[in-house]
Amino acid sequence: MTTTTVQTDAPTFDNRQDFADELINLARANDRVVAVCNDSVGSSNLTKFREEFPDRLINVGIAEQNMVGVGAGLANAGFIPFVCAAGPFLTGRALEQIKADVAYSQHNVILCGMSPGMAYGELGPTHHSVEDFSWLRPLPGLDIVVPADGPQTRSALRNAVADPRPTYIRVGRFKVPQVSGDNAGLERGKFVVAREGTDVTLIATGTEVSRALWAAASLAAEGVSARVLNAAYLSPLDEDAIKDAARQTGGIITAEEANVAGGLGAAVASVVGQLEDGARVPMRILGLKDHFSPTGSTAFLLDHFGLSADHIVAAAREVLNRD
Amino acid sequence: MLTADASQAASWRSLRQEVLAGDADFRAEKLHERAQATRRSILKMISDSGQGHIGGDFSVTDILTVLFDAVMNVDPEDHRKEDRDHFILSKGHCAAALYSTLAHSGFFPVAELDTFMAPLSALNGHPNRVKVPGVETNTGPLGHGLPVAVGTAIGAKLLGNGTRVFVVTGDGEMQEGSNWEALMCASHQKLDNLTLIVDRNRLQQGARTEETNGLDPLDARLAAFGMEVRVVDGHNYNELIEATRPSTTGSPVAVIANTIKGKGVSFIEDRVEWHHKVPSKEQTLQAFQELS
Repeated sequence: MTTTTVQTDAPTFDNRQDFADELINLARANDRVVAVCNDSVGSSNLTKFREEFPDRLINVGIAEQNMVGVGAGLANAGFIPFVCAAGPFLTGRALEQIKADVAYSQHNVILCGMSPGMAYGELGPTHHSVEDFSWLRPLPGLDIVVPADGPQTRSALRNAVADPRPTYIRVGRFKVPQVSGDNAGLERGKFVVAREGTDVTLIATGTEVSRALWAAASLAAEGVSARVLNAAYLSPLDEDAIKDAARQTGGIITAEEANVAGGLGAAVASVVGQLEDGARVPMRILGLKDHFSPTGSTAFLLDHFGLSADHIVAAAREVLNRD
Repeated sequence: MLTADASQAASWRSLRQEVLAGDADFRAEKLHERAQATRRSILKMISDSGQGHIGGDFSVTDILTVLFDAVMNVDPEDHRKEDRDHFILSKGHCAAALYSTLAHSGFFPVAELDTFMAPLSALNGHPNRVKVPGVETNTGPLGHGLPVAVGTAIGAKLLGNGTRVFVVTGDGEMQEGSNWEALMCASHQKLDNLTLIVDRNRLQQGARTEETNGLDPLDARLAAFGMEVRVVDGHNYNELIEATRPSTTGSPVAVIANTIKGKGVSFIEDRVEWHHKVPSKEQTLQAFQELS
C-alpha cells in the first residue's frame, strides 16, 4: 500500500539542480547528448555543462524559432538535443517549430520548458507558462512529462536518452518538497500512485502533487480516503488509471499549475465523459481560468487561483457532498 | 516509408558518373535532359491530381537536378546513412519537384508519383520525412528549413565527418524572420559546410516580391549577415555546379539563383497567376510539347 506523506514544513528544492546534474551524467555517458539554449545558460542551469562540454552547448542567442529548428537539425544529424528555454518562450514563440520540425517530423528533440507555470511570479503573464499543456497536448507523437520533484526530473531525462522521441519536459524552478524516493523511476505514459485511496481521487501534476498529498492527509483526518495520482506524463495519457479512479472512487479532483482550457483536467474529463459503461463521477478541475495572473509571487498566485491544499480539500468535500 | 528502386538507383549512379566525367557542354546537355524529364513528371502529377505549385516547381527543378545528379553525396538505397550530404527543401509547397527528382534518382519507384496527393498517398502536398526517403525534415510552413539545416550542419561539424548541408528556400520565404535568426547563427557558428540556395524567381503567391515586401539588395543583406554570397543564373547547370563548391572563406555560402518561375513553359513563365494554377488539358498538351 502506497502512502506517501510529505510534511508541510519539509525542505523544498529547485528541480533545475537535479536537471543540470543529471544532464551532465547523461552527457558523460553518451557523446550524442547535446544542449541547445536561447541565451539561457544561467537560467537553464547549464553553466557546468558548458564548462565540461563547451562544444556540445549550442547557444543560439535570443531566437527561439531558430533554436527549436536547430534542435531538430541536430536530431537529424544523429544527436539527442536537449533544447532548454524558459517555458513561455519555448512553447509560445516556437510553437509552429515544435509542431512541424519536432512532432510531425518525428525528430527526437527533448524540449525542456524551464521555470514553467507561474515560477516567474511577479514578472507577470508574459513570463508564465500556463498554456503549454493546452498548446502541446494536441500534437501527435509528442510526449509531455511533468516531473513533480528532483528524482522524477532525473528520471524524465534518463528516459529521454534511453528511448529518444519527441518530448516536452517541464523543469520546475518553484521550490517543491521531494515526493518520491531518491531513485524514482517514471514509466512512460503512466501516472504514479502516490497514495492509495477509495473515496475520492486527487490527480495532480508538477507543483500540485505535494499539495494534493497534504490535502489527502487532511482528508484522512476527516475519515476520507483519498487516492493521489501523480500525473507525471500528460502524453501519453494514463487512461486506465483515470478509468479506475472513476469506477473505484466517488469523485475526481484535478489540480494543475496551468490554464484549465485543454490541460490535465480537460484530458481527464474527456476520458471520464466517454467511459464505455457510462459510469458517472463528479469532477472538479482546479487551475487557472478566466484571467491573466495579477502581480504576485508564485506562492501567492497558486493560492489566488485556488491551487492550495485547502482548496483541494474543499473541492473533495464538495464532490463528496460533505460540506 | 517508401523504399528504394534498385534499378532506378543503378541507372542514376551511372548517369552521375557520366555527368561528372564529361566536359561542361556534355554535363549541361545531360542535366538538361534530366531536368526536362523531371518537369514532365511534375506536369503530369499536377495535371492528374488537379493540385500543386507548378510555377515554383519549375523554377527550382534545375537546382534540384544539379544537386542530386552532380553534387551531393547521397545513397538512394541507404538514405539515412550518417555520412550523407543533407538536402532540405524549405519551400515545401514545391514537393512535386522534390518527389520527381527523388524518384528519378531511385529513392522510391517512379510509378509512385502517380499517387501524388491521392488519398493516403505518401506523397502529400508537402514533404514528410516519415514516409518519403530522401526527405530530411517536414516542411510546408515557410521559414523552417534553414534553421533545421543550420542544426544539421552544426551536428555534422560535431561529428567531423565532412558532410555538407544544402537547403533551398524560396525568395518570398526570406520574408520570414526565422530565416534571419538562422543566418545569424550560421555565420556565428562558422558553418562552412552549409550552402543556402535562394530560388530567386521574384514572384510570391500574390505578387512580385519587390512589390510585396522587397528583398533587394538580397546579396548585400546576406553578406551583411556573414554569408559568402554567390549570384548565378539558376538555370545554367555549370554555373550552379560552380556555385555549390565548398566555402572559400570559412563562412557559410549563400547562392542567389536567379530563376524564372514556371521555367520551360512559355505561357507559365514569370506569371504570378501560375503560382498554383493547374493547366487545362489543352495547356497540359502544349506544355508537354514545350518540355520535350
